[in-house]
Amino acid sequence: MEIYRAHVLVCGGTGCSSSGSATLIERFNEKIAENGLEKEVKVIRTGCFGLCEAGPVVIVYPDGTFYSRVKPENVDEIVTEHLLKGRKVEHLVYTDHATHEQDANKALEDITFYKHQKRIALRNCGVIDPENIDEYLAMDGYKALEKALTKMTREEVIDEILKSGLRGRGGGGFPTGLKWKFTYNSVSDQKYVACNADEGDPGAFMDRSILEGDPHAIIEAMAIAGYAIGASEGYIYVRAEYPIAVKRLTVAIEQAREYGLLGDNIFGTDFSFNLFIRLGAGAFVCGEETALMHSIEGKRGEPTTRPPFPAVKGLFAKPTMLNNVETYANVAQIILHGADWYNSMGTEKSKGTKVFALGGKINNTGLVEVPMGTTLRTIIYDIGGGCPNGKKFKAVQTGGPSGGCLPESLLDTPVDYDNLIAAGSMMGSGGMIVMDEDNCMVDIARFYLDFIVDESCGKCTPCRVGTKRMLEILNRIVNGKGKEGDIEKLEELAKTIKSTALCGLGQTAPNPVLSTLHFFRDEYEAHIKEKRCPAHHCKALLQYVITDKCRGCTACARVCPAQAISGEVKKQHVIDPDKCLKCGACMEKCRFGAITKM
Amino acid sequence: MDQSKEKFAQLQELIDSHRNQPGALMPVLQGAQGIFGCVSEDVQKFIAEGLGVTLSEVYGVATFYAQFSLHPKGEYLISVCLGTACYVKGSQSVLDKLSEVLEIPVGGTTPDGRFTLEATRCLGACGLAPVMMINGEVYGRLTPDAVPGIIAKYKAKD
Repeated sequence: MEIYRAHVLVCGGTGCSSSGSATLIERFNEKIAENGLEKEVKVIRTGCFGLCEAGPVVIVYPDGTFYSRVKPENVDEIVTEHLLKGRKVEHLVYTDHATHEQDANKALEDITFYKHQKRIALRNCGVIDPENIDEYLAMDGYKALEKALTKMTREEVIDEILKSGLRGRGGGGFPTGLKWKFTYNSVSDQKYVACNADEGDPGAFMDRSILEGDPHAIIEAMAIAGYAIGASEGYIYVRAEYPIAVKRLTVAIEQAREYGLLGDNIFGTDFSFNLFIRLGAGAFVCGEETALMHSIEGKRGEPTTRPPFPAVKGLFAKPTMLNNVETYANVAQIILHGADWYNSMGTEKSKGTKVFALGGKINNTGLVEVPMGTTLRTIIYDIGGGCPNGKKFKAVQTGGPSGGCLPESLLDTPVDYDNLIAAGSMMGSGGMIVMDEDNCMVDIARFYLDFIVDESCGKCTPCRVGTKRMLEILNRIVNGKGKEGDIEKLEELAKTIKSTALCGLGQTAPNPVLSTLHFFRDEYEAHIKEKRCPAHHCKALLQYVITDKCRGCTACARVCPAQAISGEVKKQHVIDPDKCLKCGACMEKCRFGAITKM
Repeated sequence: MDQSKEKFAQLQELIDSHRNQPGALMPVLQGAQGIFGCVSEDVQKFIAEGLGVTLSEVYGVATFYAQFSLHPKGEYLISVCLGTACYVKGSQSVLDKLSEVLEIPVGGTTPDGRFTLEATRCLGACGLAPVMMINGEVYGRLTPDAVPGIIAKYKAKD
């Protein structure tokens, strides 16, 4: 094996790839060759580092120097200064959001964004080359599978998972060990393990990052699960919209086969296991387990009633054990380090860590993994750096379209499955979208309902028709046509849908409306009774006005597409509300801050 | 005509490679969408016959999933992310601006067949919100003002 004196890690996650990290890698390789360093320095494309806001991210080892927002034109400088002369390029070093320091000598784990984190599911993301099985093996890869196959009975594996307290990370929070046990107990000539990688929750991208950054961790865990429940085949159902994840998973499966870690008689035992990839085709409901299995069977992804549960009758009518990507990402570590190590982290009923996708109005957009029980405040302020541009925090949405919006008063809630449900939201897959004072909570509820109406499979009436009626009411409210009694009607519909819909999608669909009604009822009332949007977001309810700060420069009048602005040069202009389209172009153009929304 | 013959030959190959495989319909439809750019009635009939399933079953699956389209899409497919993170940061106004500049509704294709405008759910590039994708190329941290310039760039291509 070749030894290099330095490694350049370039993030190849989706976020950084979108901002041009592939060009960076090419450029690095060119420049390194130009300087004759190709035998000394190796460039590696890793998975996601988590701090997407700072992307594209480059880390140079052995120093661990963290460069952020690196542009192709910066590569030359990093190569000639840092790699050739050993002088860190200070001005490209990441600026810590809390200390405002650009400290080139600070270790990665001391950066405020990473300091509060505990990376188990994301342990290898951003650390190894996901397309090289040897790097995974060097990080104790497939050791857990070896341990399970050669030193543990099937019952012992299941017991270990049970004792660890691991719960389903896809959102439901069902104890993983129990699921394994139920499927183990089912008697059948053929059983299946399956992996739900149909991450449809808008704003959550942890499963994608794990698949892109550490695909072998999922393969290893599924093989362990296959051994435990007695299955020889597994299916990974992954979104077609995740091309990088699909590619790396395909490469990883091939490599595992080559190394004999998938296939017949793994580790010389009589256990044989094979994995297949199935692509989703863009249907949110396929995140529901019965719908997902129908989709793998090549049918419409419609859910069916349970029981029978998949553990008894699942894929191709055989007992099937389905877990989410993040759940699997914990499995090998639990087997390797033991249940007691894992359940020493977290809260009483939620053990271990959870990955959250921080997004929206937050300074540090990205992926964070923290022990269960960390407060929302720590995640949003200490790690996330709070709202940008000095705006005031209004709410955090957790749990995606099935979850709810929590206000500032609940920021000290320790995050775990049960606390979030008690607070009126849910864990979901771990999306965390922060909203500030400019976001209208009625419009956010409308946004989620719009999503649900789009994604409802149409099989049961409460979901198909009920959510549509709710959306109509919400559309009316944000368009300034809300009526007395609309709130009550929303509540009644929500109650009915929750108790009568067929599957989890429908049963949780009203949650965004209910939680915003609970915590932000005044905003609904302002829309309906006063025809006013307190956040000045809803177009139909706002008016642009020119104040006396106006210098009469005419810039606004010239940019207005509707010729709604009139006035003489050097005198205060006025907007004709009847002509105004409320596009906001004038406000963006005004250099004197003379235009306000009312 | 030859071109279409070639495509159907490709589809036949795909069907043959998936025959007798459980759940073959999805991968075959996905392949067909890639080969033809859409799954028109002819293509659906061909698949139904090839796999020995009813046309209604093929149609049912093809219309269920967002990935399959029954009509061809434009040369440039513009997908604006309406995932939560992008929406919160104003992607709706970017979408509105595109609709205005291209003079087509969301989901529509320009009469010259060059542009199709779509809203999509979460491209997973939340760190760059609001984002859109044009034929695989991602544009991040967008404002409505940036839209006309980007479209002009594509219009200038032949």
